[in-house]
Amino acid sequence: MKLEVQNSLIKDIKFSQTTQIIDHVFFLNKDEMIAELKKIQFVRDVKIDVAKPGDKTRIIPVKDCIEPRYRVDRPQGFPGVTTDSFQVGEGVTKVMKNVAVVTVGDIVGFQEGLIDMWGEGAKWTPFSKTLNVVVDISVEPGLDPHEHEHCTCLVGLKASEYLALALKDAEVDECETFELPGPGIEQEDLKGLPRVIYVQMMIAQGLLHDVYIYGSDAKKILPVLLHPNEELDGAVISGNCVAACDKITTYQHQNNSVVKELYKEHGKSLNFIGQILVPELTTMDGKFKMCDYVVKLCRMLGAEGAVVSEEGYGNPDSDLVMIAKGLEDNKIQTVLITDECTGWLGDSQPLTDTKEEAKAVISTGNVSHLVHLEQADTVLGNIAAISNIAGGWEGSYSSTDGSITCELNAVIGSTSEIGYHNLTVRLH
Amino acid sequence: MKKVVFYLNQFFGQIGGEDKADYPPHLEAKAVGAAAAFSKQLKSAEVTHTLICGDNYYNENKDAANDFIRSALEEIRPDLLIAGPAFNAGRYGMACAGVTELAHKLSIPAISGMYEENPGVEMARKYCLIVATADSSSHMREALKDLAALAQKVLDGEDISPERDGYLAQGYRRTEFSDKIGAERAVDMLLARLQNKPFVTELPMPKFDAVEPAPAISDLSTATIALITTGGIVPLGNPDKLQSASAQKWLKYDVDKLDQLQGTYCTIHGGYDPVYANEKPDRVAPLDLLRHLEKTGVIGKVYPYFYTTTGTGTAVANSVTFGQEIGQELKNAEVSGAILTST
Amino acid sequence: MATITTISEAVGANRIVPTVAIPYPVGNPDLGEREEAIREDLVKLAVDALGTAISKPTIFKSLK
Repeated sequence: MKLEVQNSLIKDIKFSQTTQIIDHVFFLNKDEMIAELKKIQFVRDVKIDVAKPGDKTRIIPVKDCIEPRYRVDRPQGFPGVTTDSFQVGEGVTKVMKNVAVVTVGDIVGFQEGLIDMWGEGAKWTPFSKTLNVVVDISVEPGLDPHEHEHCTCLVGLKASEYLALALKDAEVDECETFELPGPGIEQEDLKGLPRVIYVQMMIAQGLLHDVYIYGSDAKKILPVLLHPNEELDGAVISGNCVAACDKITTYQHQNNSVVKELYKEHGKSLNFIGQILVPELTTMDGKFKMCDYVVKLCRMLGAEGAVVSEEGYGNPDSDLVMIAKGLEDNKIQTVLITDECTGWLGDSQPLTDTKEEAKAVISTGNVSHLVHLEQADTVLGNIAAISNIAGGWEGSYSSTDGSITCELNAVIGSTSEIGYHNLTVRLH
Repeated sequence: MKKVVFYLNQFFGQIGGEDKADYPPHLEAKAVGAAAAFSKQLKSAEVTHTLICGDNYYNENKDAANDFIRSALEEIRPDLLIAGPAFNAGRYGMACAGVTELAHKLSIPAISGMYEENPGVEMARKYCLIVATADSSSHMREALKDLAALAQKVLDGEDISPERDGYLAQGYRRTEFSDKIGAERAVDMLLARLQNKPFVTELPMPKFDAVEPAPAISDLSTATIALITTGGIVPLGNPDKLQSASAQKWLKYDVDKLDQLQGTYCTIHGGYDPVYANEKPDRVAPLDLLRHLEKTGVIGKVYPYFYTTTGTGTAVANSVTFGQEIGQELKNAEVSGAILTST
Repeated sequence: MATITTISEAVGANRIVPTVAIPYPVGNPDLGEREEAIREDLVKLAVDALGTAISKPTIFKSLK
C-alpha cells in the first residue's frame, strides 16, 4: 500500500465570500460553512471563529481537533462515519497543513480541555501552533448524552470536510510518501532488519471515552490489524474524551507520530510490519482477552520488536503492563509510551499497575503537573468549564486576575501517549 | 559574598572521638576542619560559621540541639547549609537529616553528603540534596570537592540534575521539555534494545506497600459496616465541588436516613461513562443492598456516613493520605469493617 | 470491590471481590430485571469476605 500525502502549507486564514486557498492564505466563507453544519441532525446552532498562534486566545472546553484533508480521485469523508465505508490508505491525499478544526461545546458535567494560543499555555499543547478554525456547537435540547456526543463528533468531522474542499485545486508545497509491502510479503532489501510492530491501545469505555475504526465502535471489537496508512488516511476517529492531556484527537490519529517515526526508520534500521489497534475495555475479562489476542497477533506476524502506546491512565495502565509482559515473555522486545500521575509535587507513584517486564518505558509527562496561565483577551467557548474539566477545580479560574491554575490534565495533547509532544519526566 | 554555615560532628569538628560524642552544640564564627577545606573551593561564597555537635548528643537530645541550631541559623541567615559529609556513619547521618530538615523549614537550602546506604539518606532526601560519597572518611577529599562543586551551582542558581551533579535523587518526578518528541524517543529506545545497546527507561516501575490484612469480623450480625467509594459519587449538584479527576480531597455525607443513593446522588467522576451511575448510583456504591443486609439482620448496622472521592488520575500519595484519614475516623467510631468500591 | 483486580493486587488490597465493569462495578444495566440478583450476590460476597480470616491478599470470587 502506498499513500502519498501532499501538503498545502497555509500561512493565514481570513473570512471571505468564497472558500478557497490563494497564495497560502485560506479564505473561509463562514456563513456557508455554518449553513452546511446546521444541516446535521440535532444541531441547533454553530459559531465559527479563528484562533491563530500568538493570539491571546483561550479555547475551552475543546472536544476534538481534526485536520482538513482531500482525497484525490477517491471518496471524501471519514469512512463508516460521515459516509459509506470504503478502503483508505492507498492513493493521493491532500492536506491543509497548519490548519485544524477545533470543536467546542458542553456535553455533560465534566468536559474536555483547553488550548492557549500564546505565552505559557502555548508551550504545553501542540495545537497552539496550528491555525485553528474553532467550531462552537450547541445542540437541540432533550438529547441524551450519547446522541449529543455523536452529534458533536459529526459536526467536527463535517467541518473538516467542508474546509477540505478548498484543497481540490490548491497548490502542493511538499510531499511525503508512506509505503509498506505488508507483513506477509518478503522483500530483499528488508531481509535481516528486525521486524517491528506498532501496538496502539485506545480508550473504549463509553460516553466521552470512545474511538471508532471505519465507524466500528472499538469497545465492540477484538484487536485488529491495520496497515498504518489506514490510520493516516482517516480510518480512525476520536469519540470525545475527558482527560484532555492524553486523549488522541482525530488530528493525532491522522498524523500518528509513532507511525511516522517508524516509517522514518523503515528499510534502514527496522522493518515496520504493521499496526495493531487494541481496545482498552472496562472489564477484567475483557482486558485479559485483548492482551492475549494482541500478543498472539504479534507472534503470528513474527514481530521481534514492538512500540506500545497507551491512551488515558488509571485502569489502562493495567492493559499496558500486561501487554508488555505478554510480549517480553514471547521474546518480543517492547518499548511502552505512557504518561504518569505523580501528583502535584511529583513524588507519588507514577502508574496504578506494575509489572517488572515493563522495563523500557517512555514517559510523556505528569498529568498532574501544575501550570499557571495568564488571562486571555478572548475566550472561545466557556471559561466556566475549567472548574469541571479533569485537571481543573472550583477555584482554578481566578475572577480577580482572570488567570487559570490547572493540571496538564486539562491541556489538550500535552502528555500525548503516542509521543506527539515533547514532554518527558526526569527524576530529581 | 554569600554565607555558608557548615554542620560537623564532634570528630570532624576537631573536638574529639567517640568519648566526645556527648558534646553539646556549639557555634564557631569561622570555618573549622573540613569546613575550611571546603570553603577554599568556593568561588563567590565562604563558610562564615561552623556548627559542631556530638552525634550522641544530637540524637538523644534532638529538641535541645535543634533549638540551639535554629536560633543560630535564624540569626546568621546563611545562603546555604552544608551538613556532613557523614559517609556511612549512621548517627552522624541521622543528625545531618535532622539539621537539614530544620534548614528546610527555615527555607535555607541545604546539602549533605552520605554513602547511599546511610540510614540518614531516607530521612534527609526530601529536605536537602545529598551528594553520594564513598562509605568511609578516607575519601574526604573527593567528597568535599563534589560538595563544593554542587554548592557553587546551587548558590549560583544553576540547573542541576542527579546524574550530572552526582547527588542522590530526591524522589521528585518533574515534567520537562525534551529536544525530541516522545515517539522519536520510543523508536530510539526500541532500536537500542534491538541492537543490544544500553538504554535507560524513563519510568522505572513503582513499588507499592504491602499491608497486613485486618482480622476477620467474628460476628457480622452485630458489626457496623461503612461504605466508601472512589467512584466520584456525590449529592446532586456536587455541593462540595469534588474534583472530576486528580482528587485533592475526600468527602463524607450523612446517609443514615437514606435507603438508597438513587434519586439524590450522581457521579462527577471523569474517568468512566457516567450514564449508568447517574441512572442508579447504587451501582457504584451499593447503599441499597447494605441497607437490605441491615434490615435482614445479616449485618448489625450501616455506618451513618458514606465516604467518597474520585479515583481517576489521583496521585497514590493523595490516596494514601485519604485512606489514613478515613481509616482513622472509622477506627475512632469503632466501625467493624468497610466496603470500598472502585470504578 | 473492584473490576480491575490486577490493580487491587498490585497496590496491596487484601480482601478483593471482583466486580462487573468499571462504570457499574455493582450492577449490570444489560441484565434488566436480573440485575438485582447479581448485585445482591456481590455485596453479600463482600460482607462475607469481611468475616473471613485471611493471611494474604485474597480474591473472593462468586461461584455462580
